[in-house]
Amino acid sequence: MKKIFSIPLIRGIIWQVIGLLVGIGIVVGIRLAMGLPATGPYLVTEHAWVFGGFLGTLTFLAGHGVMDGWFKVWRGEIVSDHHEDKPGWEKYFGPSLDHKVIGIQYTVTGLIVMILGGTFALIFRTELAFEGMQFLQKAQYNTLMSMHGIVMIVVILLGIGGMMNYLVPLLIGAHDMAFPRLNSFAFWIVVPAAVWLLSSMALGGIETGWTGYPPLSANMKLVGQQMFFLAVFIVGWSSILGGLNLIATVVRMRAKGMIAFRMPIFVWASIATSLISLTATQLIGLSFQMVMFQRLFGMGFFDPNKGGNPVLFQHLFWFYSHPAVYVFILPGLGIVSELLPVFTRKPLFGYRWIAMSSLGIALVGFLVWAHHMFTSGMNEYLRVPFMYSTLLVAVPTGVKFFSWTATIWKGKIDNPVPTPMLFTVGAILVFLLGGLTGPPNATVSTDLHLHDTYWIVGHFHDTMFGGFMFPFFAALYYWFPKATGRRMNETLGKIHFWLMTPSFFVMSLGMMYIGLHGMRRRIADYDPAMNFQPMHLIITISGFLIALSVLVFFINLIITMRKGEVARGNVWNSRSPEWLVESPMPAHNYEHPFEVVGEPYDYGLSGSKYVEFAKHK
Amino acid sequence: MIHIVVVGILVIIMAILTYVGANSVGLMPVQASAQAVPIDWMWGWQVVAISFLFALIVVPIFYSLIVFRRKKGDTSDAEHIEGNTPLEITWTVIPLIIVVAFAYMGAYSLGESRRITDPNAMIIKVTARQFSWTFEYPEYGFVSNELHLPVWKQVVLKMEAVDVIHSFWVPEFRVKQDVVPGRVTEYRITPNLVGSYKVRCAELCGSNHADMEGAVIISTQADYDTWVAEQVELAAAATPEGRGKKLITANGCIGCHSVTPQPGVSAPSWFGLFGSQVLLADGSTVTADDAYITESILDPAAKEVEGYSPTIMKPFTLTPDEIADILAYIKSLK
Repeated sequence: MKKIFSIPLIRGIIWQVIGLLVGIGIVVGIRLAMGLPATGPYLVTEHAWVFGGFLGTLTFLAGHGVMDGWFKVWRGEIVSDHHEDKPGWEKYFGPSLDHKVIGIQYTVTGLIVMILGGTFALIFRTELAFEGMQFLQKAQYNTLMSMHGIVMIVVILLGIGGMMNYLVPLLIGAHDMAFPRLNSFAFWIVVPAAVWLLSSMALGGIETGWTGYPPLSANMKLVGQQMFFLAVFIVGWSSILGGLNLIATVVRMRAKGMIAFRMPIFVWASIATSLISLTATQLIGLSFQMVMFQRLFGMGFFDPNKGGNPVLFQHLFWFYSHPAVYVFILPGLGIVSELLPVFTRKPLFGYRWIAMSSLGIALVGFLVWAHHMFTSGMNEYLRVPFMYSTLLVAVPTGVKFFSWTATIWKGKIDNPVPTPMLFTVGAILVFLLGGLTGPPNATVSTDLHLHDTYWIVGHFHDTMFGGFMFPFFAALYYWFPKATGRRMNETLGKIHFWLMTPSFFVMSLGMMYIGLHGMRRRIADYDPAMNFQPMHLIITISGFLIALSVLVFFINLIITMRKGEVARGNVWNSRSPEWLVESPMPAHNYEHPFEVVGEPYDYGLSGSKYVEFAKHK
Repeated sequence: MIHIVVVGILVIIMAILTYVGANSVGLMPVQASAQAVPIDWMWGWQVVAISFLFALIVVPIFYSLIVFRRKKGDTSDAEHIEGNTPLEITWTVIPLIIVVAFAYMGAYSLGESRRITDPNAMIIKVTARQFSWTFEYPEYGFVSNELHLPVWKQVVLKMEAVDVIHSFWVPEFRVKQDVVPGRVTEYRITPNLVGSYKVRCAELCGSNHADMEGAVIISTQADYDTWVAEQVELAAAATPEGRGKKLITANGCIGCHSVTPQPGVSAPSWFGLFGSQVLLADGSTVTADDAYITESILDPAAKEVEGYSPTIMKPFTLTPDEIADILAYIKSLK
């Protein structure tokens, strides 16, 4: 028993519950002393829940120990940023300072939460497979649909956090991130947030979709709505701090000779992503906080009866949430660019153009938010400049596609194709479908029809799968030997790919088809007269096949961990520095620092080298 | 070079196949508004662009995967091609031009779909609430939960939401417009195909959002006029004044009495009657209150109005409710 309590994660969660109860107690006490009602439909009023949630987050962090280093500094003690973990699995449950451990913490948490988010989807997809309501209430459907959305967004943030934390220091030759303690904090703050997010299901649920538009989100008498806002607000901290840390790391800690245009392309993508998450995330936190305060204190930000404006919320919300989709996809596209040269045995075609296109997408991405609001009643003439800016994103995105195609052209790809390359090609094809179905939504006139339909649902599942899911799996298969010293099973990997890819195409094309014909987003049931039922059944079956393929992936993961093929060397014959040292990666990365002496992707140029390790320490 | 030519031909074939395939499955529902025409025109060009770009990327990738894949026993790297700046500039500039052209077409089609063809278009007030639509026809003074529109007439919907954001969408009209609390949003539409459709709320508005649908009926002008007349009558039947008006027509009262300031054919006008002083034939006056008017209906000869003969009017047999409705109608005449 004592051993269980010594695990920081368990300790943190116990403290989180204590903090919640104390916070509730304080608010209930104050309200009783003031003669205000203290009980509500969810035992106590939402003021008590929100304050309890806030306090519980702080007590989690204090109880878990992730802030111990700062407390020591505060007391004047000397601390070291050098990470020292004991061998074994315990380090993954505690505040490790090692970027590789944190990267794996992000990734594994992401995979676990992905199971939850996927399960929510399977439940409501089963409900949608047939007309009429089968086994869910409409309110339950709304909650599951909303939870699927926000949970998958958290999965993506965790997934890119995992990839960037694990890979960027290795790729640039750093011994760790610039701020290891902040790095650990940015991960662990997600855990209490995830608990609050899931708790919202028990506290009435959320019925607004992940976008949480007021007045609906302000009027819903559900405490779950507040816990959802609180959770997203807290997760935002992780994104902001993670982005800050990554930029500082890349700016300050690159290996000797690694000028900007000799950085691995994934590092470019990570920088572009981090610039967005550092500077835009505040807006979603702010907009959700404003609705929170509207509910708690009667502030009328978005309440027309008090002079507020509901459309203002949408501007604030999308100012983050549109750039956020580039946060979700840019690292994935970076993975595609990173893996293509390795498997085609060719240089990355137009390296500088691809690097600049990531920055271009990130910057233009800040000027396009109102394309989510073409039907909102915003100023109708302003829609036209937003159409131009949005369509402009197609240009740097096109540069990526053309450059990838040119990289694959005449590439000597192994036959049979290795699993990571399969997922890379899959990512390109799926993202292509997502990219091509985007411009009709950016064009005001056609968007008036497409907005808020299943067409949009199909479109963004394409972009999220092409921009994150496929590259994420490619990265997992590719760097798994680096992290564990074992290589994942190729046969199971191929089953995963060949089950997931066709199912996904059927699913998303089916969604788009019924969307064009009038299937609205976010509805629990549909008009039988529209004859959508056969297609809905097909979409549901495809969804289950995708889930089955991911199950194959997890089986592969578990088998490989136990008795996978040992792979300590340069499995993929890569030029990248992390593959030039033995796997799994040593605790302090490179024993000898390396110097960059050539271009990163000069495959096919005999005698060329990207890095050279120092001969002696 | 031969590879480029083959790929070029395959791209064209693939683009055509994609385009024909996409259009043969029927991508859009029927067009039921004039506004759908420019929108579908824009969509048509987008399908062309999607088909071409899809082929342009997919064909070279698959061609390369098949034709250039590693031969047995070959362990060498591929050709060292770092990039090609003119090519990169080309595939930046040409898409830029296409993008600007498409944005211009988008703005043009938007303008067409917003065109005001009838500045005096009929206004219908739409109210959205959780979870229903109501339509008020101010011109005729009735409210309906069905939206009936005459074909080929532009109408303007002035839309308001009482609780949360909703969105007015008839898929066959293409155009969608949110309905936002605290403001009036406008939706201008010219229906062009007779039929029954549905308005479907497109913005998540709460638990029963899925059910927030309302009938939209586009009919010929004649059918529309019939429906309006029915609605006017139904609306009338819903108030005492309306029922009273119907009763006085049904009982032939207005054959002699008048409802305007002009006196009737052979009986006094009811206009401004209630509460006034009525001069009787015997020189006395009486206040036209409920009791006097009721008496005059049931027993017209009881009091003789100066200048009119009471014997023309026979006594009427009406229920107290009917008399109350007629009184309500007479009271409304002022």
